[in-house]
Amino acid sequence: MFGRKRKASEFDTPYTCTAAITKGAPETKLSMLVMGLGSFVHGQRIKGLLYLAAEAAYIVFMIMTGLHCLYMLGSLGTVEQQEYWDEAQQVYLYTQGDQSITILLYGVATVFLTLLMVYIWRGSLKSAYKAECLAKQGKHLNTFMEDLKSLLDENLQKLLMTPPLFFIFALTVLPLAFMICMAFTNYSLIDNHLVLFDWVGLDNFKTLFDSSSVLGSTFWSVLIWTIVWAFFATFSNYICGMILSLIINRKETKAKGFWRFCFVLSCAVPMFVSLLIMRTMLQPEGAVNVLLRNIGLIAPDASLPFFTDPTWARVTVIVINIWVGVPYTLLQLTGVLQNIPAELYEAAKVDGANAFQTFFKITLPYMLYVTTPYLISTFTGNVNNFNVIYLLSGGDPVTNLSSTAGSTDLLVTWLYKLTVDKQYYNVGAVIGILTFVILAIGALFTYRNSKSYKEEGGF
Amino acid sequence: MSHKTTKKVKNIAVHCLLAVLAFIWVFPILWVVLTSFRAEKGSYVSTFLPQSYTFDNYIKLFTDTSLLNFPQMFMNTLIIAIFSCILSAFYVLSASYCLSRLKFKLRKPYMNMAMILGLFPSFMSMIAVYFILKAVGLTEGSLIRVALILCYSGGAALGFQISKGFFDTIPKEIDEAALIDGCTRWRIFTRITIPLSKPIIIYTILTSFMGPWLDFIFAKVICRANADQYTVAIGLWKMLEKEYIDGWYTSFAAGAVLISIPIAILFLCLQRFYVDGLSGAVKG
Repeated sequence: MFGRKRKASEFDTPYTCTAAITKGAPETKLSMLVMGLGSFVHGQRIKGLLYLAAEAAYIVFMIMTGLHCLYMLGSLGTVEQQEYWDEAQQVYLYTQGDQSITILLYGVATVFLTLLMVYIWRGSLKSAYKAECLAKQGKHLNTFMEDLKSLLDENLQKLLMTPPLFFIFALTVLPLAFMICMAFTNYSLIDNHLVLFDWVGLDNFKTLFDSSSVLGSTFWSVLIWTIVWAFFATFSNYICGMILSLIINRKETKAKGFWRFCFVLSCAVPMFVSLLIMRTMLQPEGAVNVLLRNIGLIAPDASLPFFTDPTWARVTVIVINIWVGVPYTLLQLTGVLQNIPAELYEAAKVDGANAFQTFFKITLPYMLYVTTPYLISTFTGNVNNFNVIYLLSGGDPVTNLSSTAGSTDLLVTWLYKLTVDKQYYNVGAVIGILTFVILAIGALFTYRNSKSYKEEGGF
Repeated sequence: MSHKTTKKVKNIAVHCLLAVLAFIWVFPILWVVLTSFRAEKGSYVSTFLPQSYTFDNYIKLFTDTSLLNFPQMFMNTLIIAIFSCILSAFYVLSASYCLSRLKFKLRKPYMNMAMILGLFPSFMSMIAVYFILKAVGLTEGSLIRVALILCYSGGAALGFQISKGFFDTIPKEIDEAALIDGCTRWRIFTRITIPLSKPIIIYTILTSFMGPWLDFIFAKVICRANADQYTVAIGLWKMLEKEYIDGWYTSFAAGAVLISIPIAILFLCLQRFYVDGLSGAVKG
């Protein structure tokens, strides 16, 4: 709390928007309607004109298309595509019907543009008020050239942050907002709402939480498996990686570099390649079964059901994930392990502790303390671990034919199947939102309490 | 048994364990390399190791372009990778420099936003991205490359953590001294900070160069049926689909080996950054 208060005062300026509206001179207040007027009057001609141009462009855009887009956002379109007979050309033609998806996209984009415009509008008011105050005090007002130069100096962040921010908003935030909107519509192959769809409020959430419906029961089983998977995938990698790292870093171990190289080699191979290789090796006719047959461990015509039996498949993906993930964990934990104060181990040795006691009393608590943020991000990563599941098992085996998910499907792979294969866009969006909510609740609390976040706070 | 012999036995046991584990980890890679030289046709064969060896799989990959045009996929990916790594490097470096060195009002909100966005499934909005790119008209013909470049570089500035950590380790006194000497912040960024951060620039460029070679989800959704715009990852994925697997399985192994070699070299060069990235600071 204290930090927040202090920070707020750090950026306080007297030139706020409210001050401009309440205390500003007439020309400043008029800037509310004619943007840039205040700046223009006080000699910042080009700046004022630019603000005016932005306003004009926005108004023209709104009159031409924007207002229509916003208006259509309410109904998402009602005109169906019609077929009619064209006498002159002797063919059937189609009238242009409403496309709800385009309407929704343009509507959301218009809302974003309007928000941007509000931001610019506030900027123009602030700048008008600042110009007015400085002029009253007889201080120097920046010319346009000086403003441009300040972009390279005290306002460098504006120059450097604008392009990345633009793309983040256009390709990450806007699509997300668009997708979140879809969760409240009936945009889905169910009842054929792919061209025209409507707002349905919270209906999709209700269906998904209702465990008596097919989608609902699938959701709960997938959710439980996702959490089980994330838990096992995270901790199996963490513990195995740590033990391996401890073994390699023992004083007595010879050729440390060679061992490390062996393990790191497997994560140097692109992940999707190694996963696809693993998948082909574990098929009923794949290399592993062939090897087992040749050795004589299983009958010549038998094969182990790595991806065809639900329980086998679940264990297989977790085990393969250990194969994929341990080298990364090894790389990342080695440095941390070497930072554990040696005195702790010496004290333990003097007290006569054995290897297990040292591990559980010193190594593990210390590691957990230092690597909590890392563990959280790994857990988050595993909940969203699309690659391992999709490339390995593809969510198979499907045991319940009426449901849309297989036994190893995570929320994310199910989301992918629902949107790309099944075209249940609205249900997919709801699952995305729920995944986010689950992760956010967990992560926000732990992140905020973690050491590294607090230290960052004290910039 | 004396203390010394126990220790020796233990030591041998540990080395044996390591050898077994190392074998498990290295073995699949070795198997792929062998399979890529396998002369027997077909996908699944009844022997574990190839009976005879040949180079044909590699030759087929580059000459048989009728069904799956591997050389073109390679060129597509190369072009996309080059442009997207330049753009990403620019975004990441400028964002992390601002967050590390400049004080501004949106600094903390930006970092919180990056964290929140990171919690959404990364491709949840994939369909929406496709619709947006379609509305802008980037989903036809060779413009798909532009679309993919934008996709891969667009969100790059959200991954600022490692390079911000690096910039944080450069002493602030250097900046302050330069400011007193009348340097603008732009000059400090381009003339002082950038030359001091070569390792992190190389790291940023190489990681974003690797991205397009490894991702296939976005590429698949955006390319759809435009086979002439496919990237290597989709191509390799295609080779394992039912209609191709019989003729292309060994070529898949060959392609996998070819892609893995450069990536592996890059990765082995970069691994120290992975280690240091966790502790929050990179020592140049």
